[in-house]
Amino acid sequence: MRSYVPNTPAERKEMLKAIGLESMDDLFSDIPEDLKLNRPLDLPAPMSEMEIRDLITGYVLQNDEGGLLFRGAGAYHHYIPAVVPQLASRSEFYTAYTPYQAEMSQGMLQSIFEWQTVICNITGMEASNASVYDGATAAAESLLMLANAKRKDRVLYSAALNPGVIMTMKTYAHCYGIELVEIPVNAGGITDMDALAAALPESAGYIAAQPNYFGCIENMDSIAELVHANKALLVSYCNPISLGTIKRPADYGADIAIGDSQPMGIPMCFGGPYAGFMATTNKLIRNLPGRIVGETVDHEGGRAYVLTLQAREQHIRREKASSNICSNQMLCAIMSTIYACTMGPEGMREVGEQNIAKAHYLASELSKLPGIRMRYNTPFFNEFITDSDRPAEEINEALKGFGIVGGLVLPDGGMLWCATEMNTKGDIDFLIDMLKEVL
Amino acid sequence: MRQSYKLIFERSHEGRRAYDLPELDVPAVDAIPENMKNGAKLDLPELGEVDLVRHYTNLSRRNFGVDNGFYPLGSCTMKYNPKINEEAATYFDDMHPLLDEDMCQGSLRLMYDLEKCLCEICGMDAFTLQPAAGAHGELTGLMHIRAYHESRGDTKRKTIIVPDAAHGTNPASAVMAGFTVKEIKSAPDGGVDLDALREAVGEDTAGLMLTNPSTLGLFERNIKEIAKIVHDAGGLLYYDGANLNAIMGIVRPGDMGFDVMHINLHKTFSTPHGGGGPGSGPVGVKKHLMPFMPVPVLVEEEGMIHLDYDRPQSFGRVKNFFGNFGVMVRAYTYIRSLGGAGLKEASENAVLNANYIMNALRGTYEIPHDRICMHECVIAPGELMDYGIHTTDVAKALIDRGYHPPTIYFPLIVHEAMMIEPTESESRETLDEFIEAMKDIAREAKEDPESIHSCPKTTPIGRPDETAAARKPVVRFIK
Repeated sequence: MRSYVPNTPAERKEMLKAIGLESMDDLFSDIPEDLKLNRPLDLPAPMSEMEIRDLITGYVLQNDEGGLLFRGAGAYHHYIPAVVPQLASRSEFYTAYTPYQAEMSQGMLQSIFEWQTVICNITGMEASNASVYDGATAAAESLLMLANAKRKDRVLYSAALNPGVIMTMKTYAHCYGIELVEIPVNAGGITDMDALAAALPESAGYIAAQPNYFGCIENMDSIAELVHANKALLVSYCNPISLGTIKRPADYGADIAIGDSQPMGIPMCFGGPYAGFMATTNKLIRNLPGRIVGETVDHEGGRAYVLTLQAREQHIRREKASSNICSNQMLCAIMSTIYACTMGPEGMREVGEQNIAKAHYLASELSKLPGIRMRYNTPFFNEFITDSDRPAEEINEALKGFGIVGGLVLPDGGMLWCATEMNTKGDIDFLIDMLKEVL
Repeated sequence: MRQSYKLIFERSHEGRRAYDLPELDVPAVDAIPENMKNGAKLDLPELGEVDLVRHYTNLSRRNFGVDNGFYPLGSCTMKYNPKINEEAATYFDDMHPLLDEDMCQGSLRLMYDLEKCLCEICGMDAFTLQPAAGAHGELTGLMHIRAYHESRGDTKRKTIIVPDAAHGTNPASAVMAGFTVKEIKSAPDGGVDLDALREAVGEDTAGLMLTNPSTLGLFERNIKEIAKIVHDAGGLLYYDGANLNAIMGIVRPGDMGFDVMHINLHKTFSTPHGGGGPGSGPVGVKKHLMPFMPVPVLVEEEGMIHLDYDRPQSFGRVKNFFGNFGVMVRAYTYIRSLGGAGLKEASENAVLNANYIMNALRGTYEIPHDRICMHECVIAPGELMDYGIHTTDVAKALIDRGYHPPTIYFPLIVHEAMMIEPTESESRETLDEFIEAMKDIAREAKEDPESIHSCPKTTPIGRPDETAAARKPVVRFIK
């Protein structure tokens, strides 16, 4: 039996004796007898490591995820350089906890400081936290930031945010007592500026995605101008891997930049764990939820890193905290940090350019096929929507037979396609050839 | 030992690179509108691969994890993280979360089977794996309580009662979920004060949040009476599962009368803490709360696992996709490795190890609530305070002796608390050496308190100036 308890039964007996007890049961004498389980847990029998490996492999074999992926919609297939998992697997990192003891946690604290710097530099913002659970919870947390900063309980959001993000925001907003108002998209798949202008008065802010869920690139300059003219705040939900090629949130005046760092070095892993990032201006730094690491000096004057601004947090403020969040997604944040530092400025630009090129090649090849059309004629990054004569479900079902995962079928019958640097021209041409048979 | 360490941004040399990508095999396009282009170079470091690898390798050496040594951080269950769990999780790295159900039956089945295991271990009727952490689980659990009362039109139930010994996340989560918080004092024995609880409950009571064993490491002997008081008043009982490691296979929250609970997979079920995360905070509920669970809910029909989104009374979702799947794989691997008997063995030895330490430190340190403890014990410096030695000093002295300190200054209701949670995965000689170190610190505290005050001496930095950090926050590197 593997319980990872090193002490032998004889040693346990001696330890019990040392504390004046006879049996293990004596340790639990505080528990009322009639509450005790008094039977073995009804779970499958223990397994050796060899058997466990087979067991988990058995689950893997029940998956049939295909070989070629043309789907994103919030989780993206990007190349992860070998150094990323290798370095993040250092067990000094992954078997540690929140760095409460700064003197023996400088490695983690400095890594967080580097993550904060990476996030600030790619978004252009002035302050970042140590990460939150994912992009969706970053958006949900940003609602409280907006409401508290503006003392208004009405927040606008774009209909072209990821639906999982919208649903998470709605769930949180119901609890906070925040009114959420959806701003529709126009015929080009981007924010309807008239609708936004009409809704902005008396609102704390607007949450828009760049690029948005439909892949389209919003005109954030105009959005920022309109939002700020109404004394509201702009939150940009951005894809970090686009920021070497697409303007940074701070450069168009966003007040808060949020998103999911999964595209930067974190495996898709069936939806998590990922890391949400939140960055803002110095003015709003005290409204940020979660852990923040700051630079300071030790008593001998040496440079040191510590958890800081803790007066915002639950373990100090309890019910008056800016959020209940206690942990962060540090290991995932380290992966993204190492990814960004491996890629460097040139790599971040190049990977963005390759995503744009691959997605546009895919789009242009798809457009040549009869019975399939681009929905929007708006600039896009690595995703776009098509409409088709044949139902999208049928197309995907047929593609499945060729080991291809086609675009995500949307509730309105469209298909949301994605291509990244991982899709070769050969893959795309193969998809197109197969579609010729399917359509 | 003192040694400052460059940031990766300070190691940058223009033009160096650690990445490569294949040559672009499709035409390059200029697709971004001029006003939305990032024309400038991102401010990221430029360095060669070996320098990047050395930077992070050496940075990791300035950190301390369970694999480095004993980490008795109370309430955090820093048990050994088995390596097979890490390996198993990587098997699923390339799975996209939005696949048709027939393409991801293995992943869905694993989640479904994990839910069933957790139901049996906890005595609950259903689990959602969506929450990403303990505090996230608390919030999710409280959303169930809120939805339950709202569904009954019982809208005046706006108060969550929290004992003063509770984790700080409890009251913070209650406020996030839209409740007000009523704190009640603990009884002298560290348990819930039943009179205070009777006083506190009423028509506004939505529920009570309770950790059992409590943050003092003590089992709440009056749990049945507590459950009755809360239920009679129309409230629900929330179980904070932070201390579940004490009771697996021995007693179950569901059998104690709890309606809703969360588990920290990263504590009880051995998944690594990752320097602060990712964790996972599954929430278990009894039948009457199942209609309100977040979507999607996993259901089995004709041998297939389906994602059920058609749940009209669901309060929504708390995270994108299905939760921290990679953490679930690790926890499931652990549960199936140990089986029911192994989990019970883990809990028994966790409790044994805590009592072994507490017993050995009696007489050297103060034990404010001196009775058989569960998986952790709370001690205080006691007479060492006469020599000017505080809990923080003991902690820093432990660092120099090669240990991660216990949780300090928590629970708040014990003055100068040190909360020690050894877990089951530590050997007797590790405990003996730790006990000896604690006694050695007490001796030195009396003979040469100045020496203790100057700890830690062996670390890359000395005690940091936290006040300066908060007064003028520097939260990113500026050239």
